Amino acid sequence: MTDTLLSFKDVEIVYKVGNMSIRATTGASFDVPRGAIVGLVGESGCGKTTLARAVTRVIADNAHIAHGQILFDGIDLVSLSDRDMNALRWRDIAFIPQSAMNSLDPVYTVEYQLHEVLRGRGGLSRIDARKRSKELFELVGIETNRLSDFPHQFSGGMRQRVAIALALALNPKLIIADEPVTALDVIVQRQILDQLRDLQQKLGISVILVTHDISVVAYICDRTVVMYAGQVMESSDTRAVLNEPYHPYTMGLKNAFPDIKSAGTGLLTPIEGSPPDLANPPPGCRFAPRCPFAEAICRAENPQPREIQPQHIVACHRSQEALQLRTEASKYETWQQIP
Amino acid sequence: MKTNAPINEPLIEVQDARLHYHVGGGLASMMGRSATVKAVDGVSFTLKRGESVGLLGESGCGKTSMGRLLVKLEEATGGTIKFDNQSIADLRGDELRTFRSRVQLIFQNPFDAINPRYTIRKSMSEPLSNARIPEGEWEGRIIAGLELVRLPDPVQYLDRFPHQLSGGQLQRVVMARALILQPEFVVADEPVSMLDVSVRAGVLNVFRDVRDRLNLSAIYISHDLALVRYVCERTIVMYLGRIMEDGTTEDIIREPLHPYTQALVAAVPVPSPDQSHEPLPIGRGAPDPRNPPSGCVFRDRCPKAFDRCAQEIPSKTRVGERDVACHLFSP
Repeated sequence: MTDTLLSFKDVEIVYKVGNMSIRATTGASFDVPRGAIVGLVGESGCGKTTLARAVTRVIADNAHIAHGQILFDGIDLVSLSDRDMNALRWRDIAFIPQSAMNSLDPVYTVEYQLHEVLRGRGGLSRIDARKRSKELFELVGIETNRLSDFPHQFSGGMRQRVAIALALALNPKLIIADEPVTALDVIVQRQILDQLRDLQQKLGISVILVTHDISVVAYICDRTVVMYAGQVMESSDTRAVLNEPYHPYTMGLKNAFPDIKSAGTGLLTPIEGSPPDLANPPPGCRFAPRCPFAEAICRAENPQPREIQPQHIVACHRSQEALQLRTEASKYETWQQIP
Repeated sequence: MKTNAPINEPLIEVQDARLHYHVGGGLASMMGRSATVKAVDGVSFTLKRGESVGLLGESGCGKTSMGRLLVKLEEATGGTIKFDNQSIADLRGDELRTFRSRVQLIFQNPFDAINPRYTIRKSMSEPLSNARIPEGEWEGRIIAGLELVRLPDPVQYLDRFPHQLSGGQLQRVVMARALILQPEFVVADEPVSMLDVSVRAGVLNVFRDVRDRLNLSAIYISHDLALVRYVCERTIVMYLGRIMEDGTTEDIIREPLHPYTQALVAAVPVPSPDQSHEPLPIGRGAPDPRNPPSGCVFRDRCPKAFDRCAQEIPSKTRVGERDVACHLFSP
């Protein structure tokens, strides 16, 4: 048994739209260690959700994994038959969606939906399923008398807890959580994250947490993978990524976030511009058009990911100059220079 | 018809505003299940000209309802709301039309706020048409409006449809549309919550800049104190339809007095891995708004609640520069 539960190796996912091919992700590689929470962070359209969903092949009909491997406990999920993949879902790999309301069926009680997973997928008897449902509700801190309630009778935070209970139903090894707290208020968000972390540690599960919000990553993730325009820009230990970023995009993401601990309320620093059209990406580094530090080589050649520190991967031509770039990146004016 | 009143003059005076809904009519009421939800319950505050105030609280606290009352999208079921010394409940006809051009609401989701089948030009023309601005002036005013929110080269956007714009661009259009009649007061309801973090900052900067340039009064509604702090010097904290605390944003962040505010401050997301992971000082789950606790509405989640909290609704108490509604500070 290795320390790595899941490993993305050079994954490319292609959407066919008409006669166009759109590469939602290219060359995506990173590992999910056992018992760790790995944050997949980036703007909308960066490919983070597509990549996470590709693990259990819950991707759109017009999308396919064109290249690479996704190794789960040594098995390549990409080459798995649909039938074997189906057997893996819920049992080994479970999913927590962004909006639990969209994943729970409004016309059935939550207990019925738990039973569907427990009995249908897990083969439990009715009595065992009932017992396990109660256990699960206790685990996520919902009173068991609410098992017979319908999804609309729960608040947003409670529904998210129900979704966590569902994901935990069959003791999976890996949970993929797609923006699990995005629609929630700060207080509920924090409470759900605390709970996810508690359960993850207690049960030794690995989690891939997809989010656009670096504060969520900062709070809960052991490792962080920063994606931009379909590519992994930087990945490492969360502390390293956020405290000593090597990629200008990571520096920009951090700057753009209002920090209540900072002294003043000077101008926030946006990253000007928008992500590139993936049907027609720029020739060099995909971030170059928005990067204040882009040079000729950045516009000509796509930088390859390199290990700049142990376990710290960066795809940037100027990563050697990171120390100096960090100082520059913290200034508002720097980000205003982009045409 | 802008007045030249001095800057410290109150623009908005809210006195004991209430918005009560009756829920569960019909069959439910025959079965004795009807109830009253007090979305806004006895809220009072004033807003000066040029002042920006954050309305802070969780969903269901009444902040959005309060915002809708202020722009007269809802009618208060009790109390008074005065805009420029006139009760807005009495506005009719031309007076109402004028009021509608002096106050504006900026919506949360730009994709919902703008008709997807209208070009930007058409969406932006609507308020001009409603306010009976001569058609010859429209294009000039639309372009000026888009320049105000720093959309570069605005002419290129006029004949585009909303889906051809990014979220950040579209939210700027929504803002430009709200400002096109040069209002004196805007209510912005979580205007950046649907946007990516990297573009949020740009939209917030534009909001701040425009507000200062036009000397706008503003209410900024959010659940995130870090965002409120960025645009508002003053913050009003609401919980279940009532005001819990009202003071300068810096005071509130530095030393929150109300136990609810303390939880909100502790919950503010921070982009740093070196932060406290202490559990929040607040119980789980807001109470059923149809059946709030007696006394202080926050008491069943409050770590500091004592006997008096169940018996008596705390009234506003002055503590330094702040108003707090909590028995820890009640006389």
